[in-house]
Amino acid sequence: MTDKLVIEGLYKIFGAEPEQALALLGEGLSKDEIFDRTRTTVGVQDASFTIRDGEVFVVMGLSGSGKSTLVRMLNRLIEPTAGRVLLDGTDITRMSKNELIDMRRHKMSMVFQSFALMPHKTVAENTAFGLEVSGIASDERRRRALKALETVGLAAWADSRPDELSGGMKQRVGLARALATEAPILLMDEAFSALDPLIRTEMQDELVRLQQHEAHTVVFISHDLDEAIRIGDRIAIMEGGAIVQIGTPEEIVTNPANEYVRSFFYGVDVSKVFRASEIAERRGLMVFERPGVNVRAALAQLKDRNRNVAVVVDGDGGYRGMVSLNSLTRAVDSPGDTRWDDAFLKDIEAAPDDMDLSEVLSLVAASEYPVPVVEKGGRYLGIVTKTVLLQTLDKAG
Amino acid sequence: MATEFSITDYDIPIGEWVSAAVDWIQDNFTGVLDGFSDAIKFIIDNFEDGLLGLPPLLLALIIIAIAAWRVSWRFGIFAFISMALIFGMGIWDETISTLALVIGSSFLALVIGIPIGIAMARKDMVEAVVRPVLDFMQTMPPFVYLIPAAIFFGLGKVPGAIATLVFAMPPAVRLTNLGIRQVSEEHVEAGRAFGCTDRQLLFKVQLPLAMPSIMAGVNQTIMLALSMVVIASMIGAGGLGNTVLTGIQRLDVGLGFEGGLGVVLLAILLDRITQSFGVTRATGPSRLRTRLKQVFGKG
Repeated sequence: MTDKLVIEGLYKIFGAEPEQALALLGEGLSKDEIFDRTRTTVGVQDASFTIRDGEVFVVMGLSGSGKSTLVRMLNRLIEPTAGRVLLDGTDITRMSKNELIDMRRHKMSMVFQSFALMPHKTVAENTAFGLEVSGIASDERRRRALKALETVGLAAWADSRPDELSGGMKQRVGLARALATEAPILLMDEAFSALDPLIRTEMQDELVRLQQHEAHTVVFISHDLDEAIRIGDRIAIMEGGAIVQIGTPEEIVTNPANEYVRSFFYGVDVSKVFRASEIAERRGLMVFERPGVNVRAALAQLKDRNRNVAVVVDGDGGYRGMVSLNSLTRAVDSPGDTRWDDAFLKDIEAAPDDMDLSEVLSLVAASEYPVPVVEKGGRYLGIVTKTVLLQTLDKAG
Repeated sequence: MATEFSITDYDIPIGEWVSAAVDWIQDNFTGVLDGFSDAIKFIIDNFEDGLLGLPPLLLALIIIAIAAWRVSWRFGIFAFISMALIFGMGIWDETISTLALVIGSSFLALVIGIPIGIAMARKDMVEAVVRPVLDFMQTMPPFVYLIPAAIFFGLGKVPGAIATLVFAMPPAVRLTNLGIRQVSEEHVEAGRAFGCTDRQLLFKVQLPLAMPSIMAGVNQTIMLALSMVVIASMIGAGGLGNTVLTGIQRLDVGLGFEGGLGVVLLAILLDRITQSFGVTRATGPSRLRTRLKQVFGKG
């Protein structure tokens, strides 16, 4: 993936003499000390990161952490005090007024927390707002607006007024308005925070679906880690105007940079963060099914290694089944040829690699044995034991 | 010191200064004042000629129709009774003359006032300067405006209209300013984020969203204009105010009451009709559509 937006040393100081505050920041003073000395507020300090083409980049933080300011500096609704924002290599902070307007019309659109729809316009007119200000002819505008409304499933409401719509529908219009300009970058400012939890989840799924269909570069502000994990390819966490950690949801949950980051996880459902493949371990005993290794040999191996269960894999690493001391013994003692199939434990359900931890949890709870994790092609990945599962849940609990 | 200082000798001759300034303006700006006067006369006369040129019955029907359409059929009946009373009292011409003066001077007040309100909303400096001027204009007793108006423009409709527009303008300015400033930050940001120029932001976002407030200002301006037009009859503006004035001079209670009743009826009609425009025209057809949807199901 190529870099879409490169942010370099971005600062925002609110107040009369930002230079002085910048200098003090350079000396390593804290936000509060600077406010005491200069009566200026540090909004964002030294933000540097890149946003890749087509990814959903979530900026997270508590209110007052500077996340809204940071995102508004990307389209210069707020003027940066220092630093650069490169869009496909062009510095946005140096653009003239006209270049900036042109950039906003064609390159970057925005979705707002409280929708910001115009009550005097119909849904279609609202959707076409960005096209209207760019001076596109009215029938072309209408065509593109209807297309965008179709994408969000609101084409039937094109001629209604916003006050006839529910909150979720209004935000769909907000989203359609941003999509209609066909700008490659979407800035979403707490776009789903004002919605009911159920509708919020629905909208998050909708966004993920849209991304699969036609990937935009999305910069999404959120204060909700569940949301960030659900939709984010990468997450940046902000505290007091500074970015404290950037990484994938897994990286952040498994390796929080500090207590502040960790504090976000209280109450977060970790079982939604991890997938079966990420906690499967190769630690358990594996028995390879090949000529020369029969059921008797396996039994001997288990006894030898003092294990109770083992996973049987074929020569290509494919999962065959699980055996225990008891099942092996029973198979050996039974009359006739002993075959592997007789030795396999019944009622063992293997977990697919992309299964949510919450579902793995119920498998593990229901079984007295560890749960094997298997890839789509049938390859064996490892097992999930009760111990590993509990450790994972505890890590972020 | 030869003479002892006494507080009664202490005198700031503000009255004399103002008189001197008025004299000076009159001496030096006759041409400008005449041009201004002609422009206003042209506008007021056109409104009056237009309204009085219509057959009275037709005009009455139009007013009743507007009342019924914009407000309610009940208000239409009220308008019908009002028209009947005005005809019956024989003050039709006076009423229409007053109406023309109100509409003409309100029109001018809005044409001047709304742009000032917009400028105030956009620049804090302008607001800081204009606000005390507005306070001054509104607290000054309305009679005081009659004096300079009469001195500069003589007697008649023109000074009446000018005194009226000065007195009636502040609410339009204030509520335009307030309306624009009350447009939510997110709406303004949305406008900017989608690439509005300053002008587009004003006309496509701020003014439409400020419309209810601006319309309230228009309503207030019209009501103030009506009250001032009555007072302006003292410098010969004519109309219903004249009827009231004649009633006072002759101590004719009946005539005074007839004139007063005419003013009240006109006030109620103007108030309700202009208010109906403040409740966003947008809801009209939309409300109908919603109701149709409820009746016939979606789509």
